[in-house]
Amino acid sequence: MEDGGDGEDGGEQTTTNKQQPANKNQQPTNQQPKMQKDAIRQREQRTGWILITPALLVLALVFAYPIVRAFVLSLFTQNLGTELEPVFSGFTNYVRLFGDGRFWQTFGQTAIFTISSILLELVIGMVFALVLNETFRGRGLARTASLIPWALPTAVMGLAWAWIFNDQYGVVNDLLSRVGFIEDPITWLGDPVRAMIALIFADVWKTTPFIAILLLAGLQSIPQDLYEAHKIDGANPVQSFWSITLPLLTPQMLIALLFRFAQAFGIFDLIQVMTGGGPAGRTEMISNYIYATVRRYLDFGYGAALVVVTFLILIAAVAITAFLLSKTRINVTGER
Amino acid sequence: MTTLQLENLRKQFAPDVIPVKDISLSVEDGEFLTLLGPSGCGKSTLLRLIAGLEQPTAGAVKIGGNVLNDIAPGDRNMAMVFQSYALYPHMNVSENISTSLRLKNVPQEEIKRRIANVSEKLGLGHLLNRKPSALSGGQRQRVALARALVRDPEVFLLDEPLSNLDALLREQVRQELKELFKSQNKPVVYVTHDQTEAMTLSSKVAVLLDGIIQQLDPPRRIYTHPANKFVAGFVGSPQMNLLTLNCNQNKAILGDYGFPLPQKGQSAKMIDMGLRPEDIHIATPEDELTVEGHVFLEENFGREVLLSVKVKGSDQTLRALIPPDDEWDNENIKLGWSHRQMHWFDAQSGERIEAADSPVLAS
Repeated sequence: MEDGGDGEDGGEQTTTNKQQPANKNQQPTNQQPKMQKDAIRQREQRTGWILITPALLVLALVFAYPIVRAFVLSLFTQNLGTELEPVFSGFTNYVRLFGDGRFWQTFGQTAIFTISSILLELVIGMVFALVLNETFRGRGLARTASLIPWALPTAVMGLAWAWIFNDQYGVVNDLLSRVGFIEDPITWLGDPVRAMIALIFADVWKTTPFIAILLLAGLQSIPQDLYEAHKIDGANPVQSFWSITLPLLTPQMLIALLFRFAQAFGIFDLIQVMTGGGPAGRTEMISNYIYATVRRYLDFGYGAALVVVTFLILIAAVAITAFLLSKTRINVTGER
Repeated sequence: MTTLQLENLRKQFAPDVIPVKDISLSVEDGEFLTLLGPSGCGKSTLLRLIAGLEQPTAGAVKIGGNVLNDIAPGDRNMAMVFQSYALYPHMNVSENISTSLRLKNVPQEEIKRRIANVSEKLGLGHLLNRKPSALSGGQRQRVALARALVRDPEVFLLDEPLSNLDALLREQVRQELKELFKSQNKPVVYVTHDQTEAMTLSSKVAVLLDGIIQQLDPPRRIYTHPANKFVAGFVGSPQMNLLTLNCNQNKAILGDYGFPLPQKGQSAKMIDMGLRPEDIHIATPEDELTVEGHVFLEENFGREVLLSVKVKGSDQTLRALIPPDDEWDNENIKLGWSHRQMHWFDAQSGERIEAADSPVLAS
């Protein structure tokens, strides 16, 4: 609360400075209330700490402990070769990771999947949000309906998409052949590029509504009179979109990107159900690789190293976005 | 020479939502028209119709004889100041001011010159690189004005531009506005619910109620000759005394007293009498009309005291604005006024009844 006023104060700073000499005489009387204020603040801070302690404890148990545990584990070799006994091996796992072609391949595939799906989702989600922001008959129904894909369990809709893209019985091939685009069925999930496209398509289908709703909330927070003022200034709707909507929506877009980045980078269920990482591991993502390392090859130490590296990459991405976000906040609202 | 004309303007949103019913008026160069009315009277909708933000259901908006109905707001060459100021929060002051010029592809040099010009006029020079959130309320208001002035528009539209300022600042900005628009010499349409702004700024005032103009006159005449009961009650502070009185043989009866009716031979049983508190004083021997009563409430404004008086023989109240150093007896106060200061309204229609040159005045 106290910091919130800072932006406003900027304007009056000069006046407050001027007034200070006049107030100097009164300082002795001013001091006592100030001391009291500090005491009150101290007490409030203490109460604050007491109140958040339970939450901090829970966080420590479910977040801090597993993270630390994973990091410790990554310094040990614990696999079938050591008869599943932990043997300290320093950074061996990390050194191995740098030379691990499969890791870098899955990393690249994850990056491709993540970037293409969140960019598509952002663009399509923006279109959805703009449409849903207009007043039309049945808007409430449309808003609810647009959320359905997002509410479906990924595994269920992954299975559905796997069937939709099935080369023998799939709807996609059926439609394409009826329209006459293709003569022979396409093996959607059997070709590396096409399988990736199918996965991205399914993911975009599922999570675009999430971005649309986030952006819609942002759109609704933009005052209508800004658009009216812009209209009177002579702008057409396209110009208003570029110079009002987009800049004022930047915070929501960054938040949406951040959420989706973290989710898409850790994607597991959709891949597991639709392609199983195939063909020939060409759609395998980092999560699927980690899963295989730990659960199939029982290589716990190396698996933990993979987890730690992925975790650090995600943290870096979050930090960068948070930094950008704080910058745009200043740009958009001028507040700190 | 620009004339803004409204012809039989009507806006209907739904069968029973008609904020603007039938409004015709014109504003010439240098004229300052104020649309005055309580909230919901249609004044803001009317302004939006002029700006082109709403399309009229019927009627026309014209500038210099050209119908503007099909012309987009941006091409009407009107500038509007919004109640919220509607400053673009992500642009700094100079970008805010220059948006309209940039959209019209005015050359950079020209834009710079105009920004410098207008920011000097409004004292915004040192704020040009600030974002709106780093400005005080008064500064934001001036940026909104600058954004309108920089375009050199044919018509200025202002939607309650002072309502977000504190009382002291409002008074100061009001004076600045008056000087500013005097120098612009363009038609100005100003929307407000504040009668002080309407009275002080305007060259003419349109008092609106229910989407209809109740009275369109210079401010002075609105005050001295309110066209109906609504205008009489709405303009003037403290509010005019409006009493519904029974009539008896050319006299309106208030308690123990009777006042000659404005027109002879009137048959109505009831009539509304209006009397401004500031027109009532402690009775002197010369007063033609006096009543006695007792004071039951005293409100001291410093400059005057507002007395609420129960008139003898009636439970109706007259409020009188009296200089505080006058002396009076709370139990038995005698108030006086003159015939010319009385307003009469038809009890049914609320329309003003002009006093005929009655023998009462002559005597």
